[in-house]
Amino acid sequence: MTREKTDFWVGLFILLGLIALVFLALRAGNMSSFSFAPTYQVTAHFDNIGGLKVRAPVKSSGVVVGRVAAIGFDNQRYQAAVTLDMEQAYEFPTDSSASILTSGLLGEQYIGLTPGGEDKMLAQGGEIQFTQSAVVLEELISKFLYSSAEKEGGAQGGAAAPAMQ
Amino acid sequence: MNGLTSRITALGRGFLSAVTGLGAFARLLAAILARSGVALRRPRLVSQQIHFIGNHSLLIIGVSGLFVGFVLGLQGYYTLNRYGSEEALGLLVALSLTRELGPVVTALLFAGRAGTSLTAEIGLMKAGEQIAAMEVMAVDPVRRVLAPRFWGGVIAMPVLAAVFSMVGVLGGWFVGVVLIGIDPGAFWSQMQSGVDVVKDVANGVFKSLVFGVVVTLIALYQGWTARATPEGVSRATTRTVVDGALAVLGLDFLMTALMFAN
Repeated sequence: MTREKTDFWVGLFILLGLIALVFLALRAGNMSSFSFAPTYQVTAHFDNIGGLKVRAPVKSSGVVVGRVAAIGFDNQRYQAAVTLDMEQAYEFPTDSSASILTSGLLGEQYIGLTPGGEDKMLAQGGEIQFTQSAVVLEELISKFLYSSAEKEGGAQGGAAAPAMQ
Repeated sequence: MNGLTSRITALGRGFLSAVTGLGAFARLLAAILARSGVALRRPRLVSQQIHFIGNHSLLIIGVSGLFVGFVLGLQGYYTLNRYGSEEALGLLVALSLTRELGPVVTALLFAGRAGTSLTAEIGLMKAGEQIAAMEVMAVDPVRRVLAPRFWGGVIAMPVLAAVFSMVGVLGGWFVGVVLIGIDPGAFWSQMQSGVDVVKDVANGVFKSLVFGVVVTLIALYQGWTARATPEGVSRATTRTVVDGALAVLGLDFLMTALMFAN
């Protein structure tokens, strides 16, 4: 085989590898969800972030408006400090509230933003004051059990031990 | 008493030869890396090897990837269907291919297809005294023979692994969407939301690069140290496949534990 022919086939081989990588990154991976739009950072403090991960989406009305940039622990307030990369195109009032929600029953967790009514908008370095923690299933169950036990106890004239029935 | 002594001696000899082999292996790597300038000065030598190692392995890699994708599609559907989440099939196929099966199966096939031919070629060069002739002509055989083959293998391996993963994902898509009838939108969107470019795809490429270095180096080392007889070459070829496969699987466990620990 002549040299040019070998070079051609080798070039084709490398090209095929590049196509495969681009396919994996764009079609199979989440490369297309990477946005290089300019962002501004805001922070939010949560009592409990549950299973929130870095790069989890920040959604408002179900639309992705940013991503979680970093998660840390604030040792002054004993709360989780979450930094959000918000896309510059979207602005939210300073009294917006952030809550940690779950997509579907067992899906991944994301941050839901509910806009407030202030005129001032959140800017670089701003902080979201109103936050709601992630729902922890164990706490939910214990709350439910506690309240149903209390209800039963109340029906029997304040008796504390319905277990004897 | 005598039997015990000889057994202990054999144990010590085995240990010493294993450590000596590892040392010679590392020395060969250092020698090849030190003479790798030839790859830049005469890229034609490397491109010849990429053609020989890469292009000729493309068919077996592509066909294997396709069938691995088919099987992943069928088996994944069988399991996921029980939990009513067959849309996650795309995610399952793509994750298993990019993280594990793509790099590992490609490296195993690569050891069998390209590694053996490298070992046999160099072993026969030695048996035919071509390498001795080069030394007589003051041509450094490590520079002229080993370095281009090393770089050819190191470049070809990640390309082959990427092709394997791509063809496998397409095979899974064919079985899942075309044959079984899973919703194509859910198939791709679940895949895209679950496969991370850095964590999964880039780590897979890194794995395949490491496997390329290790398998190619084992093949070259076995050829280089083969005894210059037909029996020696055949034994070296066998060892290339055995050592290559063991090294790939062991390293894969180590790298998976480091990369995907949490």
